[in-house]
Amino acid sequence: MSEIATATPQGHIEVRNFSLSYETIDGSVEAVTNTHIHVKPGEFVSIVGPSGCGKSTFLNAVAGFLKPTTGTITVDGERVSRPSAERGMVFQQYSLFPWKTVRENVEFGLKMRGMPRSQRERAARTLLGLAGLEAFEKHYPEKLSGGMKQRVGIVRALATGPKVLLLDEPFGALDAQTRVIMQQILTNMWQRLKISVLFVTHDIDEAIFLSDRVYCMTARPGSIKAEIPIPLERPRQQSMMMSSEFLALRRGLMSLIREESLKAMGGEINDLGMQGLNIELHGHSLADVL
Amino acid sequence: MPAAAAVTEPSPAPVATPTPASPSFGALAGRWYRLNQDRLRATAIGVISLAAFLLVWHLLTTYRVVFFVRFTNVPSPLAVYASFTKAIHDPKFLMHIVFSCRRIFFGFSLAAIVGVPLGLIMGRFKLVHEVVFPVAEVLRPIPAIAWVPMAIMLWPTNEQSIVFITFLGSFFPILVNTLHGMSLVDPVLVRAAQCLGARERSIFREVYFPASLPHIFTGLTIGMGVAWVSLIAAEMISGQYGIGYFTWEAYSLVQYADIALGMIAIGVLGLGSSLLIRGAGQLVMPWRAK
Repeated sequence: MSEIATATPQGHIEVRNFSLSYETIDGSVEAVTNTHIHVKPGEFVSIVGPSGCGKSTFLNAVAGFLKPTTGTITVDGERVSRPSAERGMVFQQYSLFPWKTVRENVEFGLKMRGMPRSQRERAARTLLGLAGLEAFEKHYPEKLSGGMKQRVGIVRALATGPKVLLLDEPFGALDAQTRVIMQQILTNMWQRLKISVLFVTHDIDEAIFLSDRVYCMTARPGSIKAEIPIPLERPRQQSMMMSSEFLALRRGLMSLIREESLKAMGGEINDLGMQGLNIELHGHSLADVL
Repeated sequence: MPAAAAVTEPSPAPVATPTPASPSFGALAGRWYRLNQDRLRATAIGVISLAAFLLVWHLLTTYRVVFFVRFTNVPSPLAVYASFTKAIHDPKFLMHIVFSCRRIFFGFSLAAIVGVPLGLIMGRFKLVHEVVFPVAEVLRPIPAIAWVPMAIMLWPTNEQSIVFITFLGSFFPILVNTLHGMSLVDPVLVRAAQCLGARERSIFREVYFPASLPHIFTGLTIGMGVAWVSLIAAEMISGQYGIGYFTWEAYSLVQYADIALGMIAIGVLGLGSSLLIRGAGQLVMPWRAK
């Protein structure tokens, strides 16, 4: 493990042999199996995969909400056993406290740490200023747009100075234009703070545009199918998304994901739907037809 | 030509007001009217409807209508007004009101002080829920008035048993609604708090409690209504003072105007106390203000 040997190993995520299963009446069901990943300090890593592949489950385990059935998760050599402010998390559903103003939301982590009121107010104002939200500090979240809510969510997760930032499809509920702006904002914050990021998404363009490396997950039970380095130079511009390099990466990831999506869907359709409806596939595989 | 006159007449107005930036009083009033149109309309119709009620009441009683229902002995609004003007100078009548309000205050406050924390704890700790819930479910359907004989046996003084019955009436709605609020707390908000470093006690204070507040206040509002119902019933059976006793006594003493006066006083007091709770709710939950 040569990459551990950096001078300040802040935010080195290491997941080995990870699997997670849960019990049902029919026995135990594996959600994620035999997964290894790592995130180097300051690296931006994404996980993409077909829906239902367990990528969110995996991220929740890294956050400390779920216990792995086998394997270990460590951050800077310390084993993850429960949620902590060292691993900031941003949720798809925004998850701002509706009863707190924007500034109080951002202050929350600092308050939990016992920082005096005046000090944490100042810190929160500074952070909101960086995100262009200082005018909204006294607003309640309900009054904000989706993009603004998620900016507050990111700022709130960063306020405590976590070692790593975990994002679970954070821009999934936003419209296309807002999403692009949010990606830019996230990139800027990440570069300024030099924090490790683990980003879960089903949006391939988003994963390529943001990441240093992308892990592609298989259909359920999820495991790592491929690891793709993204050699695009930084700072990244929106125009890069038309470059041949970007498109080649996109094609590669797309075919990986499509294979897995079909595997996830195909079984069911083949067994039940197609034969039940008496659909003739002319000897082609379902993948070809679709 | 009337049309020309109408056009030329307003022209001196701008000269009279040298500051064109501030709109004229007429324009302001017009805008205020448009903004508050709905509320004005509701108020106006409300006043008309109350007046119509009084008029019908007046007509039914002055003509002593007998049509299935007998209005022969029902006091007219004017008679009730006359007994009202007499009553407000009568310290005894005021004492009846003070007694009732005091019983409501003690009974309802006790119910809130016990019901809200119990509901919160039951919502958070499974064992407490499992122990308390069955007992509560058995006792809950018993109307407060059915407790009167038992209450008289249980408590040494009449005053205590009436407060106890008031307490019982408001306790269950408060408990059940608090529990309901706890069951609806968004688990994502709890997770968000956890990965900002919040521990059990802070999560309880900062997430579960404020998230349940809207339902707690629903419980308090319903509880206040039931508190009055229970109080009046208890006072009619076993009171020596109180507005319920006053109403019942008026019937026994054949002072028919006082019956209606007592009823109206109960209505006004009930309305006033639920307005108080609504006001408190708006103070405590500023994020829910429109």
